[in-house]
Amino acid sequence: MAKTHVTMKVNGAEVEGLVEPRTLLVHFIRENLLLTGTHIGCETTHCGACTVDLDGMSVKSCTVFAVQAEGSEITTIEGVANADGSLSALQEGFRMMHGLQCGFCTPGMILRAQRLLQENPRPSEEEIRMGISGNICRCTGYQNIVKAIQYAADKINGVEFKEAAE
Amino acid sequence: MNDLTPTREQRTAALEGMGCKRKRVEDARFTQGKGNYVDDLKLPGMLHGDFVRSPHAHARVKSINSEEALKVPGVLAVITAETLKTVNLAWMPTLAGDVQMVLADGKVLFQNQEVAFVVATDRYAADDGINKVVVEYEPLPVVIDPFKAMDKDAPVLREDLAGKTSGAHGPRKHHNHIFEWTVGDKDLTDAAFRKADVTIKEMISYHRTHPSPLETCQCVCSFDKIRGELSIWGTFQAPHVIRTVVALIAKIPEQKIHVISPDVGGGFGNKVGAYPGYICAAVASIVTGKPVKWVEDRIENLTATSFARDYHMTTEIAATKDGKVTGLRVHVLADHGAFDACADPSKWPAGFFNIVTGSYDFPTAHLSVDGIYTNKAPGGVAYRCSFRVTEAAYCIERGMDILAQKLGMDPAELRLKNFIRKEQFPYHSALGWEYDSGDYHTAMKKMMETVDYAGLRKEQAAQRAAFKRGETREIMGLGVSFFTEIVGAGPSKNCDILGIAMFDSCEIRLHPTGAGIARVGTKSTGQGHETTWAQIIATEIGIPADNIMVEEGNTDTAPYGLGTYGSRSTPVAGAAIAMASRKIKAKAQMIAAYKLEVHEDDLEWDIDGFRVKGLPEKTMSMKDICWAAYNSVPPGMEPGLEAVSYYDPPNMTYPFGAYICVMNIDVDTGVYKIRRFYALDDCGTRINPMIIEGQVHGGLTEAFAIAMGQEIRYDPEGNVVTGSFMDFFMPTAVETPHWETDFTVTPSPHHPIGAKGVGESPNVGGVPAFSNAVNDAFSFLGSTHIQMPHDYWRNWKAAKSLGVFAA
Repeated sequence: MAKTHVTMKVNGAEVEGLVEPRTLLVHFIRENLLLTGTHIGCETTHCGACTVDLDGMSVKSCTVFAVQAEGSEITTIEGVANADGSLSALQEGFRMMHGLQCGFCTPGMILRAQRLLQENPRPSEEEIRMGISGNICRCTGYQNIVKAIQYAADKINGVEFKEAAE
Repeated sequence: MNDLTPTREQRTAALEGMGCKRKRVEDARFTQGKGNYVDDLKLPGMLHGDFVRSPHAHARVKSINSEEALKVPGVLAVITAETLKTVNLAWMPTLAGDVQMVLADGKVLFQNQEVAFVVATDRYAADDGINKVVVEYEPLPVVIDPFKAMDKDAPVLREDLAGKTSGAHGPRKHHNHIFEWTVGDKDLTDAAFRKADVTIKEMISYHRTHPSPLETCQCVCSFDKIRGELSIWGTFQAPHVIRTVVALIAKIPEQKIHVISPDVGGGFGNKVGAYPGYICAAVASIVTGKPVKWVEDRIENLTATSFARDYHMTTEIAATKDGKVTGLRVHVLADHGAFDACADPSKWPAGFFNIVTGSYDFPTAHLSVDGIYTNKAPGGVAYRCSFRVTEAAYCIERGMDILAQKLGMDPAELRLKNFIRKEQFPYHSALGWEYDSGDYHTAMKKMMETVDYAGLRKEQAAQRAAFKRGETREIMGLGVSFFTEIVGAGPSKNCDILGIAMFDSCEIRLHPTGAGIARVGTKSTGQGHETTWAQIIATEIGIPADNIMVEEGNTDTAPYGLGTYGSRSTPVAGAAIAMASRKIKAKAQMIAAYKLEVHEDDLEWDIDGFRVKGLPEKTMSMKDICWAAYNSVPPGMEPGLEAVSYYDPPNMTYPFGAYICVMNIDVDTGVYKIRRFYALDDCGTRINPMIIEGQVHGGLTEAFAIAMGQEIRYDPEGNVVTGSFMDFFMPTAVETPHWETDFTVTPSPHHPIGAKGVGESPNVGGVPAFSNAVNDAFSFLGSTHIQMPHDYWRNWKAAKSLGVFAA
């Protein structure tokens, strides 16, 4: 199949590649760019393991063609840490609150949460739950993911995090 | 001592040992996208394999034509059963003693069965190839309803078994019958029923569902022709077992097979079995001389690799009129699909379903299970439970509620009346188990007090009165569940897989600077073993957990283990870790005695080293002992500080718990609201409370999914109608309730650290709690039992059938 040249900015770096028109963005990210932190869990846009940030929006990269991302700016989990290499507030929150177990949904979950906190810096628990409802986690039951996001929101807002009483 | 001398509390805390909410060491890589899952692996020249699958549930395969497929750019080979026959691999043995087609051999027996394996340069080309393989089918009549599988004129499914009147587990009664398994005293039980004041009988179905971890099953196989070695990276919960299976069926010497389970994205039982994809990828690599990757997609995962449950349990309980149970009789019709590929210990065709007497002191019981073939996917894995234990717990916990209803007794009161009492442990159940420890009354009462059970019942009575007066259209249910699990398979006297006893193992090697590596025969699929195993060692030998690296999943380096499933890791491998630690500690004590110039018996252990009895200032830390082990051991002693332990558990462990679900249901819409869910778990000694709570949250969420909607359903033609996440209920953060967790601690008397398993308890106890809540809500309208799953539609139908719209 004839290939198309694409260029985009991924985690701040200009990248390019030759892809088939049908190549999914997630395959371009994983197999051409070798950024394997973005995962594939369902191929039907339900699970959110492939969530990346594309031009300021959370997208499921299993349902975007690489050619559709031409000229766009993309952030994957590999581009989430602070500039000095330390964990971002969200990454730290997931660790501190035990917001992950097998780790497979975690990159998509963190990318989605990062966009959520940009859209709504002080979300309620209900808003967090709704905000991550496009991302499935099979291990944690979400409760600690919610806490992880609250932890990160408080840290970003400079507020002391108080764990919700059980 | 001066101000800088750490206190005993500080020294203990510095170890981050057992009981501490240690943060996970795995998280650094997982939160930064640096996990190493199978599909992340990319080897030079690697090819991709993918399956042509059957659209039919039952059909004869008349022909397979690969001619056009082989013309597709990038397609290198199309493997069929005929190809596999040349290496004697068209069929493979199953863990349950049956055989299973790797690729369709003459016919197909379930929808999406593997028919041909297309090997290509990339996954897109493989898909193009699949579309060009032409398969000619002749559809055959199907068997979907398990209750019709043994009809006299039912279609013959397994022609390969023609004339075989017995299988791996005894006689077969019918051409679609696999086995009959019976346990218990039939005569005594029948007599108990004849004498009973009260009996109940109900057919309780536990529907077919699927574990569906977020990462599907996948592998990369790479055969090195020159060395004659096969390397397999795969999503395996039991890598050593896979190595042995490959050695047995592919006839490759076992030392030349390297099985590696890298990071695994959830298992829940799905990744215990051996699947056609693994065999085909291995054969393809041998044929092409290149590494071959196989990655299942979600639809394939849901429809082809290892379903769970599908048990239809006719449940009878006999009791006195004041509510004392006197007998239990259960018959199970077990739908195993097209091949008996159940992942149970070899001698247990229905797993440990004979735990079905649950937490109650039944004087007698009888159980029979008939396994049957249907035109559905093979499997029967333990989806986040020990082998068939969640089916058993559901059976007895629904049964007890139905009995309570018939007696007009409160379900909690009925349970309290029939619990095995604390002083009865170790307790011998009527169906053959020896329960190690328990304190059921304490757990149940703690649950009832915490949630104000009496208050909830009062509120329910008021709600029901208001409903009858027409003031509300909501009904309220309390779902009580008290489960006893049986985990930690298992003692070699009764547990093996393909003849290998179900021990587990640990090797610890300490380094001169007071650090070390522990290699364990289990494989974490999210449970956090790298964190918790180090905590056991920290407490046992006084080396900080941070200084212990834990490694699992590489069969070349890890001692042989039977893997992670059935909550066996802590009961079996956890014990091996403690025992290996104690071997090290014994040698360390000799070294310390030599260095301190005292007799060994004059030393006592103190947190992180030894001290001389009566001379607390005279000490030697484990860190210093590690150094000494490499330069000044006593004369005649070998240098070094390492140990291996293979632990054959003397018994299973029996975790238990008291759960309650408070639910409201709107009868006009069937929409339910989980108002409260409280889970008290007793898993004995608690290694890491943070991880335990996380496991309970996750298991409850899976229980919630299963009870309230998650189902693999077939239409009458055998088409899977719930084959993607669109139709197969996967709760998101929005539907998932808030979980309250609690605990009691009743250590296991036979486990070295007193620990029991916990990861699966919430699924085992959770499902009956949800289902009992729904059934309890409807009970005052005259309903006895409503089958799961309890989605809105079925709740609405239940309400309709009970006449609540009549007024």
